[in-house]
Amino acid sequence: MIPACPLAALPRGEALRIETDPPIAVFHTEDGELYAVDDTCTHQDASLADGWLEGCEVECPLHASRFDLRTGRVDAPPAKLPVRTHQVVVQDETVYVVPSDLPPNLPPGVRTGSA
Amino acid sequence: MKSVAIVGASLAGLSAARALRAQGFGGRLTIVGAEPHRPYDRPPLSKEFLAGQMTTTDLALEGDGEDLGAEWRLGVAATGLERGRSLRIALADGSAVEADGVVIATGAVARTLGGDLAGVHTLRTIEDAAALRADLGAARRLVVIGAGFVGAEVACVARTLGLDVTIVEAAPAPFARALGPEMGTALAALHEDHGVRLICGAAVRGLTGEGRVDGVLLDDGRRLDADVVLVGIGARPVVEWLDGSGVLLGDGVVCDAGGATSVPGVVAVGDCAAWFDPALGAHLRVEHWTGAARRPATAAQTLLSGGAAVPDTLAPPYLWSDQYGMRVQFAGHTLPGDEVSVEEGDLASRRFLAVYRREGRMVAVLGVDQPRSFTRWRRRVNEPAGAR
Ligand SMILES: Cc1cc2nc3c(=O)[nH]c(=O)nc-3n(C[C@H](O)[C@H](O)[C@H](O)COP(=O)(O)OP(=O)(O)OC[C@H]3O[C@@H](n4cnc5c(N)ncnc54)[C@H](O)[C@@H]3O)c2cc1C
Ligand code: FES
Repeated sequence: MIPACPLAALPRGEALRIETDPPIAVFHTEDGELYAVDDTCTHQDASLADGWLEGCEVECPLHASRFDLRTGRVDAPPAKLPVRTHQVVVQDETVYVVPSDLPPNLPPGVRTGSA
Repeated sequence: MKSVAIVGASLAGLSAARALRAQGFGGRLTIVGAEPHRPYDRPPLSKEFLAGQMTTTDLALEGDGEDLGAEWRLGVAATGLERGRSLRIALADGSAVEADGVVIATGAVARTLGGDLAGVHTLRTIEDAAALRADLGAARRLVVIGAGFVGAEVACVARTLGLDVTIVEAAPAPFARALGPEMGTALAALHEDHGVRLICGAAVRGLTGEGRVDGVLLDDGRRLDADVVLVGIGARPVVEWLDGSGVLLGDGVVCDAGGATSVPGVVAVGDCAAWFDPALGAHLRVEHWTGAARRPATAAQTLLSGGAAVPDTLAPPYLWSDQYGMRVQFAGHTLPGDEVSVEEGDLASRRFLAVYRREGRMVAVLGVDQPRSFTRWRRRVNEPAGAR
């Protein structure tokens, strides 16, 4: 489990990027849900934490593909692959991420430090 | 509606096919495309593909295993549209496709200067990009005619390859048509930082060379040496094939805000189409990726509903461009006389966000390497004055 931030530091409607490898974005929706996905868009090197959060979806800041934060599913091109999702746990007012052990869908040209 | 024919098998055509199927159209779907290729993505042609970082396979627009249940007629151009009991599209090989509904998605082609000197390129297709890439590999000096986005991106790739690059622009400022003179000049600074020579306010009189280009002659008498010339003077909509069809043409196919043309059962999308934009009160042909990808959903609805669902607003046009690793993003539409102010960052750092206003209303926003705040400002384009 990776500590992300105190819950109070991530207001509703906001997102936070954690510098894991690859980086993870944590979102706090307007409805109060917390979700975590890989921060890097599956199309190109853009940070989804910089994107636009609407409901349970984040719109990529570059070419506007939308990812469903619950499933990682993408709605429409240019991105074609889903983004990997991670589990979020809140304990003692702190947000933690449980990183997925599935392989990420990183865009061409972006690699993890270990791979 | 039992059958639909889509003419043009690129981004807008493919997006229309997807939208029709997603909206429940189960009838016969025919997609006609003049190019022999399956739909491919053009933006990388002046970026990663030209730089050799992307292959032909990476350009595919269709997903692995994607099947729209369509009949593809590739490598054959439509030559006419006739109206009878159904709509009839004549093809260059003498055959025809009949359908109850037609989506026009024939895009645009690069404007040229004429002449047939080797070493003179335009950039629109995968073949154009491959030929330009091969030529740049063996060249020392590139002259780009026209300071638009495609030309600027090619300049950028050529600089990375180590070429000496000059951009010539007839207008007093680069990128002026899209960004206005002030921000056009600001963006030009980025190119000058990277050693590109920029000559504005200079019209090109002609090209020199025998068989192969060796220079560009300017109206003021100057001559620029060149091994390769890229002509980046814009694109024109491909609509000649619609002459005499009754489809109203202006700067492209004239459409309402739902994509309907003047002919019932015919809609138009993408670079060939000039939709009525209620925010602007005028028809505007938009030549950007996002419009060609997103508006077909509206056009499909128009077609399937017989025009019952014309939206009263359109998402503002949006474009991006990658230059020297910087993300340039622009949303909205600017006209001469708009007021421009830098709201975040500053011009000197080459990282900034600028807002365009007309009578107090925000009509456009430009971000240079500001994806996060750009995404937020972009939502506010065309909001009524005084909101927030
Ligand atoms: C080099 C380059 C870089 C770009 N970069 C960007 C960018 O960074 N950001 C951005 O927002 N936009 C960019 N664009 C613009 C974007 O690619 C276009 O907006 C988009 O391709 C438009 O799609 P379309 O389907 O309407 O037209 P097109 O892509 O032009 O496709 C039209 C298709 O119709 C076919 N056709 C034409 N006539 C006929 C006929 N009579 N019968 C059958 N088929 C026909 C053509 O062969 C073509 O395949 C770029 C364009 C180019 C060329
Ligand atoms: S980088 Fe996210 S959609 Fe292109």
